[in-house]
Amino acid sequence: MPTTTLLDARAIQRALQRMASEVVERCGGTADLLLVGIQRRGVELAERIGALIEGAEGTAVPRGKLDITLYRDDLQAIGPRPVVSETRLPPSLDGRTVVIVDDVLYTGRTIRAALDEFADFGRPRRILLCVLVDRGGRELPIQPDIVGLALGTQPGDRVDVLVRELDGRDAVELVREVA
Amino acid sequence: MTDRPILLRGGRVIDPSRGADGQADVLLVGGRVEAVGSGLGAAEGALVVDATGKVVAPGFIDLHVHLREPGQEDLETVATGAMAAAAGGFTAVCAMPNTDPVTDNQAAVGFIVRQAMRAAKARVYPIGALSMGQRGEQLTEFGELIGAGAVAVSDDGRPVASSHLMRTALEYAQVFGIPVADHCEDPTLSQGGAMHEGLVSTRLGLKGIPAAAEEIHVARDVLLAELTGGHVHLCHMSTRGSVELIRRAKERGLRVTAEATPHHFALTHERVEGYDTHAKMNPPLREDADREAIRQALRDGTIDVIATDHAPHHYDAKEREFDLAPNGILGLETALGLAIRELVEPGLLDLPRLVELMSTVPARTFRLPGGTLATGAPADVVVFDPAVRWTVDPSRFFSKSRNTPFGGAELTGRAELTIVGGRVVFQRG
Amino acid sequence: MTSAALGKDLVGLEPLTADQIRLILDTAEPFKEVSERPIKKVPALRGKTIVNLFFENSTRTRISFEFAEKRLSADTVNVATSGSSVAKGETLVDTARNLEAMRIDMVVIRHGASGAARFLGERIRSNVINAGDGKHEHPTQGLLDMLTLRDRFGRLEGLKVAIVGDILHSRVARSNIWGLTKLGAEVAVCGPPSLLPRNVRDLGVTVLPRIEDAIAWADALNVLRLQLERMQAGFIPSLREYNRVFGVTSERLARAPRELAILHPGPMNRGVEIDSDVADGPHSVILPQVTNGVAVRMAVLYLLAGGSPDWRTEAGE
Repeated sequence: MPTTTLLDARAIQRALQRMASEVVERCGGTADLLLVGIQRRGVELAERIGALIEGAEGTAVPRGKLDITLYRDDLQAIGPRPVVSETRLPPSLDGRTVVIVDDVLYTGRTIRAALDEFADFGRPRRILLCVLVDRGGRELPIQPDIVGLALGTQPGDRVDVLVRELDGRDAVELVREVA
Repeated sequence: MTDRPILLRGGRVIDPSRGADGQADVLLVGGRVEAVGSGLGAAEGALVVDATGKVVAPGFIDLHVHLREPGQEDLETVATGAMAAAAGGFTAVCAMPNTDPVTDNQAAVGFIVRQAMRAAKARVYPIGALSMGQRGEQLTEFGELIGAGAVAVSDDGRPVASSHLMRTALEYAQVFGIPVADHCEDPTLSQGGAMHEGLVSTRLGLKGIPAAAEEIHVARDVLLAELTGGHVHLCHMSTRGSVELIRRAKERGLRVTAEATPHHFALTHERVEGYDTHAKMNPPLREDADREAIRQALRDGTIDVIATDHAPHHYDAKEREFDLAPNGILGLETALGLAIRELVEPGLLDLPRLVELMSTVPARTFRLPGGTLATGAPADVVVFDPAVRWTVDPSRFFSKSRNTPFGGAELTGRAELTIVGGRVVFQRG
Repeated sequence: MTSAALGKDLVGLEPLTADQIRLILDTAEPFKEVSERPIKKVPALRGKTIVNLFFENSTRTRISFEFAEKRLSADTVNVATSGSSVAKGETLVDTARNLEAMRIDMVVIRHGASGAARFLGERIRSNVINAGDGKHEHPTQGLLDMLTLRDRFGRLEGLKVAIVGDILHSRVARSNIWGLTKLGAEVAVCGPPSLLPRNVRDLGVTVLPRIEDAIAWADALNVLRLQLERMQAGFIPSLREYNRVFGVTSERLARAPRELAILHPGPMNRGVEIDSDVADGPHSVILPQVTNGVAVRMAVLYLLAGGSPDWRTEAGE
């Protein structure tokens, strides 16, 4: 299966830099800002964007993590080891500006589940969606606010986001199905 | 019909009562054994059966069955039980008295005798209750029971808890020369128990029945046989300890006889795994060492006879929680196949010894007719194929019930023809 | 339908592998957090119907299961024996067939007969969870005890756990023995010999004859409830005598060479198998056990629901 590198480590770094600036711009600063990474790789990306914002703005940016496994609509289809990861959010989301950070946006079902889950934690003032890769193919009316890279893909394609912390290196790769 | 002579030609005739084992013809005339020899001619109009490759033996006698009639005719009747017996190669069975009402009086014994005559399959000898209502308090009228056709007394289904009552029964039975058959179980040790007490009961969380519950009563009965000089017959022995006690009793010349069931020489408590209620019986299936001791005891004669403890139950009585399911399994139609598979095929004993265990010795033990092909003996004969392998299909049982742990099992050896009093009562077709 | 992770039913810990037990314990971790949320509910089992079929009274276990089910958004029905068709003599197999006909997804069963949960599981396609069957197993109790021990000690491997009391009649003891030994803990049992089952050593445990020996040996004591009927049945002379010889008292614990964790599956007989100052003392993890019970049961429900009964495959319907 042919693999194309879409972004290398330096390109990811540049994309995250730009996304961090856009987060601050779109939110009008860092007051009440909460970055929430979606388990698994969204958590690492949120961590890095948070660090970049903190470096630029000189203020602390709180982070959270969210596991949406229990809000999925496809429990039956989960594989042999349905791993549920940690969810850690502040006690209340009321009045906050929440930026959801995820690696790849595809069908939109993960984000739908995340929005449902947020609703059970309170009433944020505003929720934005920030993704490293938007690969198209939406099945729900959900659109990102901040995007690192947008591209069109085929249903059989795979977009892999690799991060140092989990995978040993940074890269975004497109694995194309051979017809 | 009854009077038509039968010639069984060319079979391997095994008759331990005369020490006979060899190819011969058997001629049955007028309900009696007319002759055993080679080249016998068939009389006019005789039924001639080619028994080549088969064994011809005195019909099997089961000293321990439950026929459920009267009281539970939905499980078995005297007629269906006698038919199942015939299909298993048995020409006579002894029916235990734990019916409803209990077979504790002349009329009840007579009823079973009449039902058996009406059925006209295997002979059925009633065993009278030892105590009124099997309540373990007051002796029944042995003389009257025997007069009506009973061949022994027993409270089987439950033990004789009172040693005094057991002693009295053993003493009084000597007036009539009948054995007292006992179900050996100390109820204070076994109460609430559902299986053998051991590793499997511990794992499954089922209340166990220790081997000692049986052995305490075996020891007591042996001592009472010594005290009274009476004949005690120990039902369905299941433990190595019991075997040892019987061995010592016989060495001391006491009148102690004992039986073992096919399931106790074929299965162990491991069979209960998965809470299979078809493995629930009393006495329970024991450990491997117990099964081995039973097998050896059958070989060397410490245990005298194989008896089935045929215990029919309705299918849904076994389809429930293990603790609540009733004890017991069917035995008549699988006994021979199990005995050959478990005892003869492994070389533990040979076919003549098996015929002794299932026919010759049972007849002697309860002083019953049959168990021999001597000239003039009743023409109670089984012809069986000792080598045929067959798969147990409970839906084809002649018994009214289906409760067997051997459904789907492959057994060796099966009755082909069963003759009672010179009449063919079963022919596999 | 069968969940790929655990199979169709949870009947006991004996049939599970160490990996399966670890999966349940690991899955329970994130579920602890769900119970701390402002809205203590996730939609994972939305649309699933679960029957809690309790043939024996057990307020504690039933409530714990019910919370677990509700926090996963399942629809639940409680059936207790009194007032149900069961009290009118319906057999377990008929009860099973009726549940089947009502298209129940899961059944949680508590029953007085050993093997009842397995019996039910073999006869219906719904997932069956054993909430205690006779003297056989109580797997979710075993799991919550293990989770509590793992929380307290950070590990189970090499941990020394003594189970104290009426082992003979205890399904909690059996589930603990299977689960703990599979995960590498050392297990001892301690109680009057009349209340120890035959061949118990063959389950892989040590027998300690005296409570003082258990306290000197163990990292944790799991103190079983002594059923008061045992005295009437002649297994022990009296409750007073039991407390004197086998009771877990603060005087005895004071002589322990290390700080012991004290577990009890409840409900406690204070002053019989355990003294109040021990039950309420600093080493007691009895309340964390209760909290963990909900998380473990959520994990089990969630993992078993990974597959659901497919009614459409039934022939002739």
